[in-house]
Amino acid sequence: MTDTIRDAVKAFVIENFLFGDTTQALDDVDSFIETGIIDSTGVLELVAFIEDHYGITVADADIVPANLDSLARITDFISLKTASLVAA
Amino acid sequence: MCGFGGYFGTVRDGRALLKGMTAAIAHRGPDEQGFFTAEAAGLGHARLSIVGLSDGQQPMSDATGELTIAFNGEIFNYVELREELRAKGRHFRTGSDTEVILHLYDAMGEDCVSLLNGDFAFALWDGRRRRMVLARDRMGVRPLFYTRQGERFYFASEVKALLQVPGVAAELDPVALDQIFTLWAPIAPRTAFRDVWELEPASLMIVQEGSVSTRSYWSLDYPDREVPPRHRDEREAAEELRALLTDATRIRMRADVPVGSYLSGGLDSSITSALAAGMAPGGLRTFSVTFDSAEHDESAFQLEMARALGTQHSSVACGAGDIAAVFPEVIRFTERPILRTAPAPLYKLSGLVREARLKVVLTGEGADEIFAGYDIFKEARVRRFCGRQPGSRIRPHLFRKLYPYLPGLRQQSAEYLASFFGADGSGLEDPLFSHRPRLDGTAATKLFFSGDLRATLSGYDAAEELAARLPAAFARWHPLHQAQYLEARFLLPGYILSSQGDRMAMAHGIEGRFPFLDHRLVEFAAGLPPQMKLKGLVEKHILRDATKDLLPPAIGRRPKQPYRAPDSQSFVGPGARDYVGAMLGSAAIGAGGLFNPKAVAKLHEKCSRQPASGFRDNAAFVGILSTQLWLAAFTGAGQATAKAA
Repeated sequence: MTDTIRDAVKAFVIENFLFGDTTQALDDVDSFIETGIIDSTGVLELVAFIEDHYGITVADADIVPANLDSLARITDFISLKTASLVAA
Repeated sequence: MCGFGGYFGTVRDGRALLKGMTAAIAHRGPDEQGFFTAEAAGLGHARLSIVGLSDGQQPMSDATGELTIAFNGEIFNYVELREELRAKGRHFRTGSDTEVILHLYDAMGEDCVSLLNGDFAFALWDGRRRRMVLARDRMGVRPLFYTRQGERFYFASEVKALLQVPGVAAELDPVALDQIFTLWAPIAPRTAFRDVWELEPASLMIVQEGSVSTRSYWSLDYPDREVPPRHRDEREAAEELRALLTDATRIRMRADVPVGSYLSGGLDSSITSALAAGMAPGGLRTFSVTFDSAEHDESAFQLEMARALGTQHSSVACGAGDIAAVFPEVIRFTERPILRTAPAPLYKLSGLVREARLKVVLTGEGADEIFAGYDIFKEARVRRFCGRQPGSRIRPHLFRKLYPYLPGLRQQSAEYLASFFGADGSGLEDPLFSHRPRLDGTAATKLFFSGDLRATLSGYDAAEELAARLPAAFARWHPLHQAQYLEARFLLPGYILSSQGDRMAMAHGIEGRFPFLDHRLVEFAAGLPPQMKLKGLVEKHILRDATKDLLPPAIGRRPKQPYRAPDSQSFVGPGARDYVGAMLGSAAIGAGGLFNPKAVAKLHEKCSRQPASGFRDNAAFVGILSTQLWLAAFTGAGQATAKAA
């Protein structure tokens, strides 16, 4: 499950922010901000992708680097959110 | 204002070459042309007649015929200098400022430049000493480029004149491209053209048999932050500022033709227009650009100011397709790739002035650099403020206040704001601290560089080179002054005064004059305590105070509105110009070899689908398109593709 999420998010990031460039190593823990992959507009594009793709709503309070600044963090965040949806 | 070209060395059929060089920059001086050749030197000149209409022809020689000058620009204090020279027994044959330089040089050699208050570049052939003296004004208003072919040395106001020299071919300098995609401009003396160089602002160059030497005759300097400031009384400082600015404007109204004024609706051009309005015999004409898009348009403020001053006001609309329509021509004049479209509306504006049959306009450029008007100065202050308490959930919200026009920031949390702006308290020892987020954000555009270009540039760091150019005293300056220096010493001449300034105005034979860049005012402003310039988060505080009686309150209190124009959205959508697709297509991108064709195709598609792209994507789009246009304009690459489209 988490691998599927990670792969989907990674594919989106490579396509949308790296424009298909796979020469830039993208490890699970790499910070999107520190590596210059995402700017302030990019964060909102990322949020829109998560909401559209996983049917969840990302509250303003959730839009923080702790949730969204690397593949690993996003994967954890989406897993948690989708699990709570299922539980509800 | 004019353009010139010339050479030092033995050149076969020098006169024909000079004609070719001058013809290439005829737009700079549509009124007349002149040529001078000596045994091992030549000068060609295209003249825009502004001072000494009937007797200011160039190249101009002195009475002995041994000194000959080709001069671009204006010496605004030429009246005072001429009187001083007359008092010493000098005889003048013309009423021009050009002759004043000849006499001054004759009296004191090249050090005479330190007496000149003006915007100038000149080449002076000293037949006595058989040497060519090149000089450029302090702030870099007027351009001067040079190159060599073997033992021969060539120079000109624009690179396109140098491309007339046999053997000089246009080739893009990859390091310059890296600098543009990091710093927005090449670091002088480097230019976008390999082996073509720029004489740096405030520099003198002596070219003679067997040697070329360059030295600086003036430098922008700030006080040591540990030394008590000279100006402690704000009221007195404001009075001195007003007197200097008034005089700087007064001498910039000197011309034998009418002088108009740009009016953006912001503080700076409103001030220069207000001062000029009281000095313009017959009334002042003002000129503005308007935009369709509300986020860029300032026409309400322009009209309010024009009404308040009673000027004869004209404006030119910059609509959805206008930027794309003129952009190829704009790049032919900037002679370098650019990351913003902002020069394009200024190209249209100078065209409007030309249609109005004026040749000279004042502008408000320079005030943001010398009185700390740009947002980046406030941003650096807020970053330091946040850094004093990392993790604060309140302090980073100030960033949103700084950039209300950036939609991407509106919904961001304090944590993200702090992360985007590097406001965690680190990097305080970095000499480029103030500009680091901008540099990093801009450098992200290099993602689109091709593998070959990346390999060529491997190990090169443009920001590191910039840091290495800083003077030793830099570390002792106040952080605000450090940030001001970076703007005034690099971006001002490298982008604002060139790509947006001289090159856009001269494309239509218009001379821009910059009261805020009078060196007396620049030196005065540099010596002011930082808090008189940036008071809290209010920019240009002392300038507002010194000029508040000149402006309607709504304009005098108006926060800085950065001059911006639509970027990638100018080139996409149903009305997109054919050349855009051709220039960004795989064939043209692949032929250019500088960018990754697949990545560029995805960027083009993304910007077409999503017009409100972020900074990185917009800058990359404009940067790549302008690079492709540069290649087409100067190397011929991609022209067949563009025509086929």
